Amino acid sequence: MSKAMTSSRPDGPLLSVKDLRTYFAMNAGLLKAVDGVTFDLHAGQTLGIVGESGSGKTVLSRSIMRLNLGKNVQTSGQALFQNKDLLGLPLRQMSDIWGQEIAMVFQDPMTSLNPVVKIGRQVSEHVRKHLGVSKKEARGLAIELLKSVRIPEAEVAISAFPHELSGGMRQRVSIAIALACGPKLLFADEPTTALDVTVQHQILNLLGLQQTKRDMAMVLVTHDLGVVAGRTDETIVMYAGKAVEQASTNRIFQNTSHPYTEALLRSIPKTDKPSHTRLAAIAGRPPNLITMPSGCSFSPRCPYAQDRCFEEEPPLITNEDGHTTACWYPVGTVENQAAWDKNLTAGRPSTLAVANGQIIDDVPADTVVGSP
Amino acid sequence: MAGGGKAHLRDPETVLMRAEDLVVEFPLGRGRVVKAVSGISLDVKQGETLGLVGESGCGKSTTAKSLIQLPPPTSGTISYSGIELTSLDDEALRTARTDLQMIFQDPISSLNPRRRIGDVVAEPLRVWGPHDRGEQTLLVNEMLEAVGIDPAVALDKRPHEFSGGQCQRISIARALVLNPQVIICDEPVSALDVSVQAQILNMLEDLKSAYGLTLVFIAHDLAVVKNISDRVAVMYLGKLCEVSESNELYENPAHPYTELLFGSSPLPDPTAKLDITMVEEGDIPSPIDPPSGCRFRTRCEYATERCAEEEPIMRKISKDHFVACHHPLVPVSEMAGVSA
Repeated sequence: MSKAMTSSRPDGPLLSVKDLRTYFAMNAGLLKAVDGVTFDLHAGQTLGIVGESGSGKTVLSRSIMRLNLGKNVQTSGQALFQNKDLLGLPLRQMSDIWGQEIAMVFQDPMTSLNPVVKIGRQVSEHVRKHLGVSKKEARGLAIELLKSVRIPEAEVAISAFPHELSGGMRQRVSIAIALACGPKLLFADEPTTALDVTVQHQILNLLGLQQTKRDMAMVLVTHDLGVVAGRTDETIVMYAGKAVEQASTNRIFQNTSHPYTEALLRSIPKTDKPSHTRLAAIAGRPPNLITMPSGCSFSPRCPYAQDRCFEEEPPLITNEDGHTTACWYPVGTVENQAAWDKNLTAGRPSTLAVANGQIIDDVPADTVVGSP
Repeated sequence: MAGGGKAHLRDPETVLMRAEDLVVEFPLGRGRVVKAVSGISLDVKQGETLGLVGESGCGKSTTAKSLIQLPPPTSGTISYSGIELTSLDDEALRTARTDLQMIFQDPISSLNPRRRIGDVVAEPLRVWGPHDRGEQTLLVNEMLEAVGIDPAVALDKRPHEFSGGQCQRISIARALVLNPQVIICDEPVSALDVSVQAQILNMLEDLKSAYGLTLVFIAHDLAVVKNISDRVAVMYLGKLCEVSESNELYENPAHPYTELLFGSSPLPDPTAKLDITMVEEGDIPSPIDPPSGCRFRTRCEYATERCAEEEPIMRKISKDHFVACHHPLVPVSEMAGVSA
C-alpha cells in the first residue's frame, strides 16, 4: 500500500523468486500447479498476485514459505530471501524464519486459529519462542499487539476464545499473530475473502498501515482485482500456473496487455455502469492442469486466439516500460484488433461468447480459425 | 437507519408480493432473543428484480427466506398475488411454494452428492407432476439446455463431476423446472470466480425475460446487486435503511450506511479515491441487543442525540427513492413518512 517505488533500492530485493515451479505427482499425471514464476520484491513494497481458483496463486506463496510438504511435491527454482535460498534450507532452519522473518495471514480466520487456546496465548506464542520473553512480558506484548490491530478492550480480549469473536475480529487476531515478531515479509493469502466489504476495507487498511509503519514487504494474494487496485505496487496475474502478465499495478489496469487480464476486468460488474448492463463473460473454463492445451494455456478461451496461439507457447516478454506479458497478440496492438475482427467474421465460438455474453462450457481446442 | 415506516411500499394492486412489518426472532434461551428482522416491509412487482444488500448478520437472508415461510415470520404479513401466505395451512402452503423457488449460495452443497443430475432436476416433477416419465425427461432436458448444460452429457453424472459454476446452473435448472413465478436468489454468485459470476448474472437476466420471472436477489457485493436489480433495499441489523430504484441509489446514496458500503467496496480502478487510513475500532452491534433509536447510530459519523432517542421512519426523497434517516445525505422532499 505504500507509494509506488519504481526504482529498486540499492541493497537489492528482499525476496527474489526465480523460475519457481511446483508440480504435484498425481495418479493421473503431473499436475503443474506453478509453472515458472519469477519476481523481485523489495522491502516496504507490496506485490499483488491475482488469479481465479486453481490458478496456482496459493500454491506459489505456500511454496515460497515451504508449506507444501509431502512426497509427491516437486519444487524447483529459487526463492532468495535476504540472499538465502529458502527452497534449499533444511526445515529446522525454516522454523526460525517462519513467524520471525516471514509471516503469513491465511484466508479463513475460523480455521487458522486454535479453537481451544485463548487469544492472548496464541498471539504471544511466537514472541515467547523466538524472542524468549517472560510470560508476564508476553502478556503485555499481546495486549499491545491486539491494540495495534484495533481490537477493543484488548485486556479482556486476550482471555477470549476464537469462537467468541466475529470473523473480522478473528482476522485481526491472525494479523496480530503474524505481526508479533516484526517480520520483514508478510504473505496475506486471500485475507479478506471470507469477510464483508466494510470489514474487508478495514482489514486491508490495517495491513497497509502496519506495513508502512514497519517498512515490511507484503505479498497480497487475491482473486479480486478490486483488492489490488490502489493497494499494491506491482501485480502478477496468474493463469493455469503461469504468470501471464506482470507490471506495476497502475499499468495492469490502465495499459492492460494480456487478453486474460482484460477478460477478467471486463467480467467484473461495475457500479458506474447502469443496471442490467450485459457483462462480458469468459467462454469455457480454466484448463485441466494435468492435460494442458498445447500453445498458450488461455488460447481455447481467448477471443483473439489465432493458429499460432494453439501451437506455440508465447514467451514472457518485457517491454521498455517494464510491463511483462506472455501473449502473441497483446491487447491494444494492431495485430490484436486484426485477430478480433478475423475471429468475429469467422464466427469463432469463444469470440462470439465474449461479444454476446453467452455461456460456453467446453471450448474445443481445435476450433482454430482457418486462414481466409 | 434502520427505521420503520412503509412510505416505500407501492399500491398493493400493482405488486406481486408484499410483505408488511416482518419480524423474525430466534429465541436463545434464558429470555434472550436474536432480533434478526425487526419490522421490515417490502414489495416486489411482477417481472422486477429486487436486490437486498447488507453486511452479514443484517438479516437479508432471513428476510428473504421468511417470504417463502422458511421459517414463517414471528409476526407480519406476506401476501403473494392475493394469497396471505402466513395464514395458509401446510398443504396449501406446499402448493403455493411451487411458485416460489430458491437458489442457495453454495452450489455444491445444495445438490445431493449421491444423486444423478437428471434425478436432481426431475425431483420437483416427481412430486408435482407431470408424472409421465417421458414428459419429465423432456422438461428436464429443456431446463438444462436453458442453463447451458448439455443434457446428453450431464444427466447421468453426479454433482462432484461439475465445477462450482456448473453446479449453480444445475440448481437454477432445478428451481425453474416447476415454472415458478418468484425466485429467491440467496447470494448465488458469492462463491464463484468473477468470470463465472458474469456468466451466471447474464444467464439470470436471460432466464428472467424468457420465463417472466420475478427475482429477489441477495448479495453483499454492491456492483453485482446494481447490475441485476431494478430496485435495491439496503438493510442493516434487521431494519431497512434505504430503498431506491437501483441507478438512482448509486448516483445519490442518501443513507450514511449506504455511503459507508460504497466507500468500502473495492473498485477495480487504481485511480479511484481510496480512504486507506480509516480503521474502525470494534464490531457491528449484536442483533441480540440492538442500539436504541436508529440502529446504525453507533457507527454513524452524523449521529446526534435524536438518533439515539427516536427511530427514523422511511421518507421519500424523490420519485422512487426512500430513506430512513434523521440526517440523510440528500434533502428529503416530504417531512413525514406516509404510511401506505
